[in-house]
Parts: sequence; C-alpha cells; structure tokens
Amino acid sequence: MEQKIRVLVAKPGLDGHDRGAKVIARALRDAGMEVIYTGLRQTPEQIVSAALQEDVDVVAMSILSGAHNHLFPRVMELMHEQKLDDVLVIGGGVIPDEDIAGLKAAGIAEIFTPGTTTATTIEFIRNNLKR
Amino acid sequence: MPDSPSDQSDRLDTRQLARLISQIERQDIARLGLLSVLHQRTGRAHIIGITGPPGSGKSTLTDKIIGQLRGRGRRVAVLAIDPSSPFTGGAILGDRIRMMRHATDEGVFIRSLASRGHLGGLSRAVAETIRAVDAAGFDDIIVETVGVGQSEVDIVRCADTVVLVAVPGLGDDIQAIKAGVMEIGDVFCVNKADRDGAERVVRETKAMLEAAVLNGAATRFSDLYRAAGQAETATAPATDRAAVSGTHHVAKLLDDPHHAHLRIPAVLLTVAEQGEGVAALVDEIKSHYGLLLATGLLEQHRCDNTAWELRNTVSDRLLAFLDADIVEAALARLAGGVVRRERDFYQALDELFGTVLAVSKSAHFNS
Repeated sequence: MEQKIRVLVAKPGLDGHDRGAKVIARALRDAGMEVIYTGLRQTPEQIVSAALQEDVDVVAMSILSGAHNHLFPRVMELMHEQKLDDVLVIGGGVIPDEDIAGLKAAGIAEIFTPGTTTATTIEFIRNNLKR
Repeated sequence: MPDSPSDQSDRLDTRQLARLISQIERQDIARLGLLSVLHQRTGRAHIIGITGPPGSGKSTLTDKIIGQLRGRGRRVAVLAIDPSSPFTGGAILGDRIRMMRHATDEGVFIRSLASRGHLGGLSRAVAETIRAVDAAGFDDIIVETVGVGQSEVDIVRCADTVVLVAVPGLGDDIQAIKAGVMEIGDVFCVNKADRDGAERVVRETKAMLEAAVLNGAATRFSDLYRAAGQAETATAPATDRAAVSGTHHVAKLLDDPHHAHLRIPAVLLTVAEQGEGVAALVDEIKSHYGLLLATGLLEQHRCDNTAWELRNTVSDRLLAFLDADIVEAALARLAGGVVRRERDFYQALDELFGTVLAVSKSAHFNS
C-alpha cells in the first residue's frame, strides 16, 4: 500500500482568520494528502499533542496575529520534547521578512508568506519530508 | 518497526500507539509481531459506535460523551473516520475540531482515520486499530463513522453498543435512515432536539422499533431484549411504566400481553451543543453494555464479529492471488481461449481456479 502523506493544519494563537488555512487544507487534500484540520485558536500544547496522536508527517501552521515569534518556537520546543523531530514543520501567514531567519533557526523548515502558490507549498512538502 | 515494548507488561505509550496505527493503516507487515504480543491485552474495552447522517452532530456528541466518561474516571479513545476522495485519495479529517478541548488530556486519545476507499462507513484498518487502542489500556473506545446514508452498517461488526444519531428535519419522515441503518442501533438518540420536529422523530422512531419487534424482525436488539426479558420475568409494572416514556433503557411493550418480554431500545433527546441529555445518553450506553454482559450476548456478538472479520480477511487474501503474474497470464490466455471457442467458460474457470490454488500454496502473506 502506498504511503499517504498526513498533514496537521493548525491555527495557533488568537486571530480568527482561517480562510488561508482552509485554502491550504483543500489544496493539500486535492494533492492526495490526508489533512487533519484542527480549527482556530489552538495552543502549542494542543497542536503538538494532536500531531503526536495523529502521527502526522507534516505540521502546517498559519498565523496572522503577529505572535509567530513566540508561538512557532514554542511549538518546536514541544515537538522536540515529544521526540517528534522527524516531522516537517512549516509556517505561513503575515510574517515580516526580518523574522524568517529566526524562525528557521528555531526549526521551522520554511515560511510561506502571502502570494505563495499552493503548488509551491505542495512541492515543498513532497520534497522535504523527513521520513 | 517502532519501539516495540520489550516487556509485555509495559503499556504502549502515545507515540508507540500512534505509530502502530500508521503501520496498521498502510498494512505494514512489521506490525504483526507487535499486534500478536498485544493480543492478550485486548478485549477489555467497551466499544461504542456513533453513527448517523452527515451533519447530525456525531462529533459534537462524541466530544460531550468524552467529557461524561472522563468525569466517571474512564480513559477514552476516539477513532473518527472521514471519507477519502475517490478521485485523489486525499481527505479532510475534521472531526477533531469539535474535540480539541480534550487534546491535552492524557486520558484521551483521538485518532482521525480516512476511509481510504473502504465502503461501509468505516476504514479497513478500524478493527485492527480498535485492538491496538484496547491493548493500550483505554476503557472506552468510541468509533465515529463517516456520515452515513442507508446502508453503511459495518459499525455493527466492531462495536458492542451502536448509538444511532438522528436529527429532525431530514424530510417529512425518517425515511433516509429507515431501512438499513435504522436496524443497527442499540441506543437511539435524536440530536438537535431544540429544533422543531424532534418529538415527532422520537415518536416515529419508537413506532418503527415497536413494529419491528412485533413483526419478529431479526434486528440487532431483538435477541438482547428477548434474552433480558426471559432473565427477569417478574419486574415491577411501575418500572415498566417509566420505561415506556423512554427514560429507561428497556421499554416494554406493555399493552401487548403476547409480547411481554419484547422490548425496544431507548430513544433519547439530546442537544449536543449544550450538552443536554448527554448524561442520560451515557447512562443508556452503559446500561446496554451491562445488559450484554448479563445475558452473555457480549461474547456471542464478539465471536460473530471475529468470524466475520476472519472471513473478510481470508477473502482479501484470496483476491490478492488474482494479482499474481502467473494468474494474470493465465487469465489472458484463458479469456482468449473462451472467445475463440477453444474451451467453454466453465472449463476456463476450473483451470483458472486450479492456477489460483497452486499460487496460494506457495504464497507469503502480509495482511
């Protein structure tokens, strides 16, 4: 049986805009992936716990509230605690260019800013799976 | 193969369980050793099926049932199944959204499963996944099916107690779920009961259940209520009166002396969004399980279900032989022979069957 790519799509933090996350979720589904959508306003603890139970290959987070410098590294810290180092973590949303290097240093594999096509994201996932 | 427990008394941790389920989903041969070790630790959980049409509130109800069971000190696992696209194989698994408040509770494990082309309301991996979760020490396992229509009844093959969730407003009757799905409930629940028409759905459901009993239809519940009725022939009439109103699990058909022992399942009203009626629903679910245990039907159902699963799995294995190269070659040759009138259809069939049997004798299995 072929290996299905399982992706957790999550919205950490307090902003209430999940249109982008839903667009990504649908695009990944149409690319043949299994997308676990967890909805709005998730804490890093909830996201990592879901990633663990769902045994996902990828965690894709979207954030528009500006709290990315706090929430993304916190997710990475918890992922590491749970030994989920073989899970690809990517982020997206309204994220200033000057913040991207720091987020990558924290372990986020790639940051997709507004204007990125869904095809780019899909290709990145397929080429960068860690297991 | 992920970290298999070296000591049998070790409980699977979340990570081991999650990875074992992935192995089960992709039918990885490496899972078989671990599953074999775990088998002795299975059979203890109460397996609860939640089924009903799309949008009837199954996930929200499941969320509230988890809360109730946690309050009663039970460890709860949920397997939530959503459909895969028949075209791309992709899936959006969204049942979890309604249950995220339990995400960090260590006594709750939630796993979303895509149906991956399996019909019948479940995924092919469900039965095995239930055993894995059971071995991990969960007391209650809730299996939430895909939104069902009329004939997705596989849930009866793996759940001890099936909760059928109906809602008002699905037409002028409960036609949509009358024939197939309606026969598989052990506990009936009319959700969104704050909407118009809920009482009517209850009335119609009860009438349908009573008619099924009076007609002697071999529904899933009729055996149970017959057995339960015979076990306690002299119950107080007052209790029975209460039963008819739907507040007690075993509602007797009081007015018909010829059917004194025939009972129908409870039909309950819930508003899952507000948690209304959920405590009573969980009481009914547990009371049904108690009745299964008391009558010995639990073991009988599980034997029937295991036989069903064995039969299905062996037929999958047999079908797999048809993909063998040598069988494919024989198929092409024999088909040509039939078309050219060198042999008739049944001669070809016999020859093909012989080839399949020969292949099966030298086969190795991975499922």
